[in-house]
This record gives sequence, C-alpha cells and structure tokens, in this order.
Amino acid sequence: MDPLPLARWQFVITAIFHWLFVPLTLGLSLFIALAETRYVRTGQEKFKRMARFLGPILLLNFAMGVVTGIVQEFHFGLNWSEYSRFMGDIFGAPLAIEALLAFYLESTFLGVWFFGWDRLSPKVHLLTAWLVALGSNISAYWILTANSFMQHPTGYALQGNRALMADFLALITNPNIPYQFLHVLTGGIALAGFVIMAIGAWHLLRSRNLDFFRSLFRRAAIYALVGSLLVGIIGHFQGQFLIQAQPLKMAAAEALWETEQPASFRVIAFPDQEGRNNVLELNIPYLVSFLAYNNFTARVEGINELEKMAVSRYGAGDYVPPVWITFWAFRLMVGAGLLMILLGILAVAYRRPEERRGFLKVMLWSPILPYLAGVAGWVMAEVGRWPWIVYGLLRIEDAISPNVSAGSIVFSLALFTGVYAVLSILAFRLALKHVVQEPVAAQTAEA
Amino acid sequence: MDLNTLWFILITVLFTGFLVLEGFDYGVGILLPFLGKKDEERRMILTTIGPLWDSNEVWMITAGGAMFAAFPQVYATLFSGAYLALVLLLFGLILRGVGFEFRSRLTSSRWRNAWDWLLFLGSLIPAVLWGAVVGNLMRGLAIDERMVYWGGLLPLLNPFALWAGVTFVAIFIMHGANFLALRTTGEVEKRAKALAFKAWIVAVIVTVIFVVWAFFATDILTKPGLNGLVPAILAAIALLLVGFFLRQRRHGWAFAMGTLTVVFATIMVFAGLYPRILISTQNPDYSLTIYNASSSPYTLRVMTIVALIFVPIVLAYLAWTYKVFSDRVTGKKVVY
Repeated sequence: MDPLPLARWQFVITAIFHWLFVPLTLGLSLFIALAETRYVRTGQEKFKRMARFLGPILLLNFAMGVVTGIVQEFHFGLNWSEYSRFMGDIFGAPLAIEALLAFYLESTFLGVWFFGWDRLSPKVHLLTAWLVALGSNISAYWILTANSFMQHPTGYALQGNRALMADFLALITNPNIPYQFLHVLTGGIALAGFVIMAIGAWHLLRSRNLDFFRSLFRRAAIYALVGSLLVGIIGHFQGQFLIQAQPLKMAAAEALWETEQPASFRVIAFPDQEGRNNVLELNIPYLVSFLAYNNFTARVEGINELEKMAVSRYGAGDYVPPVWITFWAFRLMVGAGLLMILLGILAVAYRRPEERRGFLKVMLWSPILPYLAGVAGWVMAEVGRWPWIVYGLLRIEDAISPNVSAGSIVFSLALFTGVYAVLSILAFRLALKHVVQEPVAAQTAEA
Repeated sequence: MDLNTLWFILITVLFTGFLVLEGFDYGVGILLPFLGKKDEERRMILTTIGPLWDSNEVWMITAGGAMFAAFPQVYATLFSGAYLALVLLLFGLILRGVGFEFRSRLTSSRWRNAWDWLLFLGSLIPAVLWGAVVGNLMRGLAIDERMVYWGGLLPLLNPFALWAGVTFVAIFIMHGANFLALRTTGEVEKRAKALAFKAWIVAVIVTVIFVVWAFFATDILTKPGLNGLVPAILAAIALLLVGFFLRQRRHGWAFAMGTLTVVFATIMVFAGLYPRILISTQNPDYSLTIYNASSSPYTLRVMTIVALIFVPIVLAYLAWTYKVFSDRVTGKKVVY
C-alpha cells in the first residue's frame, strides 16, 4: 500500500475537522466582546446575558479547535517529516510565534473570562473578553502566515535541500497574507452571525424571551451581513491576486482549458481531466475577463497554455490540479456566499423577525451555508496547489516521512477520524442542548 | 553563549514549565475518580484545574513549536520516528482537551462517570508516554546517517523507557495530591492529604530505581563535562524534603519541593543530553545536536528577538492568572 494518498487523506480530514470549529471561535469571540462592551457602556443586563449565553458555545468550539489543531501541528513531523526538514527554518517560526503570541493569550484569558465573572471588575472582565478575541484572531494571522508561504513563498533562499529564511520582514509581509487573513476573519464573522441568528430563530419561533432574542437576532443579522459582504469583496480581490500568484489554481477553478479573449465564466461545467475539456458547460460571456482584470475583453490564460509554461519552468511533469474538485469547490463557496448575502439582507431588512415564521425556519438551517463555504474554500486553496506542497519549491510526494509505514498511517487515520467523528457529533449535540435552553435558566444551572 | 545553546536552554525552560504545570494537572486527572467519590467532589477537583489546565497545555505546544522553529530536524526525526507513541499521546490529549468541557454539560451520572474515566485515561496516557519518550531520549535511538529512525514502535517499548513512564506517573500523582491538598476543602482535602504521603513513598522508591538504572543504562549522569549528576542530586534532596514537609503537615512547602523535584529532574535530562538532543545508538556521529539539527543563524536570531520580547509578557499574565485563581475551592465555588 502506498502511504502517500493515506497521508494526504489524513491531512484533509484533520484540516476539515479543524475548520468546522475554528472559524466560529474567530467570529464568536469578537461578537461576545462587542456585546460585553455594550453591557459595560450602557449597563443593560441584556448584553451581559448575551455574552454569558454564548460563552459555552465558544468554549466547546475552542476545545474542539485545540484538539484538532494539536494533531494538525504534529502532522508536519509525523507524516511529513521531509517537509519539516525542508521547510523547518521558515515554517517553524510562525508556528512558534503563534503559540507564544496568540495561543497563550487566547487559552489563558478564555479560562479567566469564563470563570472570572464574579472575581473581576466589569472593566477588567471586558478586557479579558477582548484579549480572547485578539488572541484567536492573531492566532489565525500567524497560521495563515505559515500557510501563505506554502501558497506563495517569499523571503527565502534555497541552500542544498533546504529552504532558509532570508528575510523575516518579507515572510510576514507576504502579499498573500492580507487577502487570506481578511477572508478568513470576515468568513468567521459571517459564520458566527448565521449561527447566532439560527439560535435566535429557534427561540423566536417559540415566542420565548422575545425582547432578548429579537435583540440577539438583529445584532447577529447585521454582523452576518457585514461579514458576508466583506468576505465576498475580499475574496474577489484575492482571486485577482491568485491569477498572478497561482495561475493554474485559478484556471482550474474556472475550468478554463484554453486561453480565451474575452474569457467566459462557466456557471456549470463538467471537466474531463483526461480529455482536457469540459463535457458540458453553461457560460456567461466576458465575465471571467472582467472578474480577473476589470476589463471585459482581457485575455485570460487557460490551463493548457499555463501548463506549458510550468513545464518549461519546472521541468517535465503534470502540473494541472484536479480540475473537477477545484472548480466545484470554488462554485460551492461562491454560491453559498451569494446566498448568505441575500439572507443577510433580508434578515437586516425584517424589523420584526418574529413575524416572519417561514423566514425564521429557513434561518434555522442557514449556518450550513457558511460552513460549506469555509470547507469548500480550503479545499480549493489546498487541492488547487497540487502538485506542490510549497508552491514551486517542494512537491507533495517529496515531503512525506520515509520511515512511516502505510499501516501506521492507516491506524492513526482510523483512530483520529473515528474519535473526531464521535466528538464532533457530541459537541454539536451539547451545543444544541445548551442553546435551546433559555439564557436565564442556563445561568442558574451553571452558577 | 551561542544562540543554539540559548535555544536549547529556552526549550528546557518550556519543557520544565510544561512538566511542572501539567505534572500536577495530569496528577489531578489521574486521581479524579479515586479522590472524588461523589459528583460534587469530582466537580470540586475539576474546578481546581479548570481555569488553568488549558494554558498549562500551551507550554507543551509552545515547546513543540519552539523545537520546530529552532531544531526542525529534531522535530522531523522524533515525530516520524516515535510515530505510534505520539499518535497515542495525541489520542490522550484529545480526550483531555474535550473532557473538561463535555463532562459538565450534561447531568446524567452515567455520562459524567464515563468522562471521569476518560479524563483519567487522558491524563494517564500522556504521562506514561511522555515518560517513555524521555526515557528513550536518554537511552538514544537507532538513528542513521540521514537522521532517520527506522525502528518503529517495538524498540521504543524497552523496559528502561517503560520504567521512565512509571516514574513520571508516580511523581505526577504525588504532585497532583499535593496540589489538591492545597486547593480543596472538606473530605477531598482530607483524602488528598492522606494520599500525598503514600504517593510520596511510592514516588521515592520508583525514582530511586529509575536513577540507578539511568546511571548504568545511559550516559546522562556520567558523561564527561556537563552531565545530569548535580541536578539529579538536587532533585533527590527536593524529593526527600517533600516527605519531610508532609510529615510536618506543611503542604504548601511540600508542593513547592515537589515542583523543585520536577524542575531539577528535567534539568538533569537536558544537561545530560547537551549538546546532543537525539542520541544515535548506531554511531555517536549520527546524533542530532544543537548544531547539526538547528535552524539557520538568521532564523535563530529572529526567534531570539521575538522570545525576548514576548516571553516576559506571557509570564507576567500567567502569574496574574494564577493569582486570580489561587484561593481554595469550597463547595460554593464549584463551577464544573
């Protein structure tokens, strides 16, 4: 048995589980800090109840994020030791800085925040809420600095079979970072908005605690709309950047085999990797030219031409990422994002959401969209980088541990996948059980 | 002092912090089902480490991150080499990581009892396996000239390494009992105090065997130049003082001496390794040292600047956290 596909599957599975929990902590920690700020400013108990009510959700997600994240970090040494040897000089730094700057901050103050309501003055307690939000988002920043190097290496020098850090400033000012970080941050904000709206919708449908949940729902609606709009806008500019930085990824994401001028946008396509064409496609003319270059008649290079350029640059080989996966992951992400904007506009527009029962029922299920968009986005980002683990520098097959047997990977793959599946279901059910309680009852049960 | 040595010391500090702090909360996790007979008692025990265990675990993650940044070859060799042991270790950490949050969310006694035992396992497994990993670091691994260890799991399960695992568990149980004696009230406090002395006796016996064994089976205590002998003696004195203070019923001092025991024992191992990090049993020249396994001087310089700025800040707020949560947990203050 070949260990390579197993190790890749293991990374995909761990990454997806990790991404089911982390984005909510990014947006939710900020939402909680904002609500608590409102409480400290105005003295209205309602906002304190919001923060406390959402606290356990943050804690559950944080715990799941940690236990999936540790495995993610260990993976680089476990399954991908040649990657660690090649990249350690550069890649270890942002990970260590993340732990030191962000992870200590987040985990320490999350404990203080959750257990400190009666021990700290309101202002100091509010400070801990902001430190949690700061910690989780700085954490994302440094992890994405590490990932950005894999997408678009900067500030390095090759020496023998290692990449060495040549310029720390170039590493942390990688032009890929702002796009990726802001995209992830605003995605987290949108996700938190939809999750909180779904919780609010559940209670509004039962007409419970109307004032509290209407207020929660409406705050979340604005939050979700702002997040959804921004994630789309930033995503657009990120796409324009990627056309320059990773042209094959974007060409695959558009299923654009031949160079076109003007280039059409494929709403639907069934790519055939072997035949190098699309079996069926539904086009909107001019659109890809405009999206890529703000110009309706611009020339956009297709996969076949780009691959020739890659061959002349990197030598003979296959450089076309799996087009089917990249294309549909992109469509799924964008489609979900557009629906999120639509739902967000409606949610903000309805001043009395409790009267729109049909809409509330839709909103109960709406968090599926941002979860789907987030996972699809990462699938596109990581699969679209194929065949590179570090773009242009190291191929996936050269990064795997030489001394780890397929059997060992099968064992750990089965163990972690099983454990994560069970724990994810439990975490979801525990979160559900908490949010369907009324916040007042929840308080007494906890105190 | 060169930067390679500085980073070796910094990683020693991080591992020391990790073993001191997680040492007592692994111990508390192991003792949880035994010292807490009723749910309220177990909740009291969990509340003592509830706000702290998470940031304690960050010490381990930071130590791992620092190792990756400063000595990436060690990260690659150790993790790919000790693959299955580390996978099981991660499994334990996963149980622990969610156990604290999951347990308290439902009131059913079956659910809570199940999680108490999972927390027990999630504390026991990492304690044993970290011990075994350290034991193997002391003995060395069959590393080849390309810095790769091909041996798989079985050679790692040698008697010396397993005994190192037992030693870790024994010391952590003592450390955890001392911690609970300080932080709990009522029946739990009584039981913790009663257990602490018995745990101390066991820890002394187990540790003496371990140290004598290490003296003959490894060069950690005997290699020329810097070695672990002096810290080993200091650790032994601290460990004996734990018993002395326990007899005097001065539990704060007993806990402090237990902390020193862990500190000196960790220094013993790292001093004995220096300047090697992973000893090759095939050929001493194949060993990974702080020089041949390190990052470039530039990366070490960058990381040193980052560490000098942020380590003091982190230590300051961690100290503040411990101050906020330093009082005893009474029946009323139980949160979990």
